[in-house]
Amino acid sequence: MDTLATRTDAGTAYDVEAVRAAFPALHQTVYDGQPLVYLDNAATAQKPQAVIDRMAAYYRRENSNIHRGVHVLSQRATEAYEAARARLARFIGAADPREVIFTRGTTEAVNLVAQTYGRAHVGAGDEVLITAMEHHSNIVPWQLLCEATGATLRVVPVDDTGAIVYDEYLRLLTERTKLVAVVHVSNALGTINPVRALIEAAHATGVPVLVDGAQAVPHMKVDVRALGADFYCFSGHKMFGPTGVGVLYGKEALLEAMPPWQGGGDMIETVTFERTTFNELPHKFEAGTPHIAGGIGLAAAADFLDGLGLDAVGRYEHELLEYATARVTEIDGLRIVGTAPEKASVVSFLPGAVHPYDAGTVLDRLGIAVRTGHHCTQPLMQRFGIPGTVRASFALYNTRAEVDRLVDGLRKVHQMFG
Amino acid sequence: METIARRADEIVDEFAFFEDWMEKYEHLIELGRALPLIEDRYKTEEYRVHGCQAQVWLHAEHDGGVVRYRADSDALITKGLIALLVRVFSGQPPEAVAAARLDFLGRIGLDEHLSPTRKNGLAAMVRRMKHYALAFSETAKN
Repeated sequence: MDTLATRTDAGTAYDVEAVRAAFPALHQTVYDGQPLVYLDNAATAQKPQAVIDRMAAYYRRENSNIHRGVHVLSQRATEAYEAARARLARFIGAADPREVIFTRGTTEAVNLVAQTYGRAHVGAGDEVLITAMEHHSNIVPWQLLCEATGATLRVVPVDDTGAIVYDEYLRLLTERTKLVAVVHVSNALGTINPVRALIEAAHATGVPVLVDGAQAVPHMKVDVRALGADFYCFSGHKMFGPTGVGVLYGKEALLEAMPPWQGGGDMIETVTFERTTFNELPHKFEAGTPHIAGGIGLAAAADFLDGLGLDAVGRYEHELLEYATARVTEIDGLRIVGTAPEKASVVSFLPGAVHPYDAGTVLDRLGIAVRTGHHCTQPLMQRFGIPGTVRASFALYNTRAEVDRLVDGLRKVHQMFG
Repeated sequence: METIARRADEIVDEFAFFEDWMEKYEHLIELGRALPLIEDRYKTEEYRVHGCQAQVWLHAEHDGGVVRYRADSDALITKGLIALLVRVFSGQPPEAVAAARLDFLGRIGLDEHLSPTRKNGLAAMVRRMKHYALAFSETAKN
């Protein structure tokens, strides 16, 4: 084991207290003076001051509509927004900013692909392949597509640890498969899927792959070209940026060939009542005034993450995950759900005989924010035969001391309900 | 017969005894445990109140001019809150239940649980209790 080396490395390279200082929301007390322990990062992450400042600066000095105005503010806003697109292209290793489409978030990105690429390429008798650990937002858009086109949704099973059954994936990948849609990191279990291998296998049979990367980008360096992803979707708010903005990355050739989705301003070239011609990439898929401040704030979040270095973040979080896993298993009767060998910093568990809602309610009163329930993955919960879990999801600013607070809180829960 | 307001006042007095939230919750948990179990035949989809996280079941019957409620939940805190609602409403005339205001949860500092954003099924359960009461009072008029 390289635990010692990792620890030394993380200890010198990564100063978690300095990182925490950048996040104002972490420094508050809740209820009767309990210092907040925020462990609901898989739902949404807190925002660093740099992101808040960048958005405030936009509204103070640059606010204007983009792409159309001749005046100076419109030019400033357009430049900032397009610079943000280029910044995000660099953040994920895209070949060109034209491959970065701003959306409202991951959900809208998946729906966009389902309603454009999907409508154009998936027909009766075809299949869309997903996994049993998908978030509802990477299930329902495909169900809607399949219902509309007569295609069938196929599901790759997961094993008892919450890892994908790779042989089953290969078996289900056939000439009927028209698209694979797979989550990079499971929000409910933390499983990191071997997306590069999954994509290689799909490409070997000529099938494009959409990756739901919402839970990956806050934890690891993602390079869409190294992965070979055809589409890669993520949300701003889970990577320390604003809510209401996200990204659909798509390979340029695929995006070019796709019909537009929503109609409106900015996505057109010329409009007459007889015929409309459409704008070029990326604007073809961006109808209406976008979340300009959001896109700019998201680029500031990318700056923040690259400034810390996602490799250092990943090492730190991995160590924190190992510590948290070891500590929560000290609790009698507690069972971790999701024990795949490759995991991001998520610990999902059943707190013995106590209902997850009861545990979450008491933890909340102790100042510890966790998520309880099915985590928008009901089929996955059915797979494990459970109604839901308590989920502690850690981010780059969480500490061992916070893990200890969680464990103390869980002991209190057992005392109250035991 | 004790009115709804009188029963609510009793609960407020009972909770005034506790000094902090933990004692309150421990009392709620005890009340939840003491709530008579609902029969399994009512633990079905038909009687389920949808509240996302905790499962809640509610059955009501009109019996000699009053409504009798039986309810259950798989989460104990929710069940304790349900026990309070059943204690206040059960055995009351349907018109009184339909018209009742539920401010006693606020007076004991537990009204946060009534918020629909809590997704514990409690707000939906109160609506369902009142719906039953309204339906029974309409039937009684006809």
